[in-house]
Amino acid sequence: MHLALFIFFAVLCVAGALNLLLQRHPINSALSLIVVMSSLAVLYLLLGAEFLAAAQVIVYSGAIMVLFTFVIMLLNAGKEEPTHGSKLAYIAGFPGAAALLGLLAFIFISRREAFGQARLGDYIATTGDLSQVLFTKLLLPFEVTSVLILIAILGAVALARKEH
Amino acid sequence: MVPIAYYLVLSAILFSIGVAAFLIKRNIITVFMSIELMLNAVNLAFVAFSRQWSQTTGHLQVNGQIFVFFVMVVAAAEAAVGLAIIIAVFRARNTLNVDQIDLMKL
Repeated sequence: MHLALFIFFAVLCVAGALNLLLQRHPINSALSLIVVMSSLAVLYLLLGAEFLAAAQVIVYSGAIMVLFTFVIMLLNAGKEEPTHGSKLAYIAGFPGAAALLGLLAFIFISRREAFGQARLGDYIATTGDLSQVLFTKLLLPFEVTSVLILIAILGAVALARKEH
Repeated sequence: MVPIAYYLVLSAILFSIGVAAFLIKRNIITVFMSIELMLNAVNLAFVAFSRQWSQTTGHLQVNGQIFVFFVMVVAAAEAAVGLAIIIAVFRARNTLNVDQIDLMKL
């Protein structure tokens, strides 16, 4: 059951990411990114991170992607014209990305016994468990991030405002 | 039962696709979206490692998940500021193509 769910949503994730890569229109890329993020929320649930699954849906597939689609529509972004990108990207970038993937996959697969097996329903981190750490040990970083968010809002408003 | 290594491999695949999309895409909004994809891939790795750490120590460990929480907060702030910058660039240059936004290129 766990393996079936994992394979289904992992394939959905990779298909969405590849679709983001292959689509020419930014709105199609944005919609496939929503698919990736929603399937990642299910994978978080399978790993027992229920608060993060909810936050993933609300923050990422909700807020951030709405912002993206809003900006795409606001700027009326059309199809991107196919240009040949930088040569360095083709010479160093893609072999580099492929080498990174190969190396990481090799390490993870060859050490898979050491990482252990995840069983469905074990070690569920509830919102209470998370908030207990967040509001006692990490209270100062938590408050600092709220200031960060405030500054980000002000910065966004200042940057996007029309100049007179 | 799913080996945690599979989750980590999926995270590596998503990250590599994000890197490739970052290099291949010519639209500044799509480039920004591929950065979000890479952030998500790293988040998945954090959650998987958090789970592994719980299993190794025998009781629940939430440090990795707290880290993901902070990454989400910073990603939200970054998305707001980044998209505001994209709007400002579009107003100034009237294009979204990264090939034509090359004022700082040598």
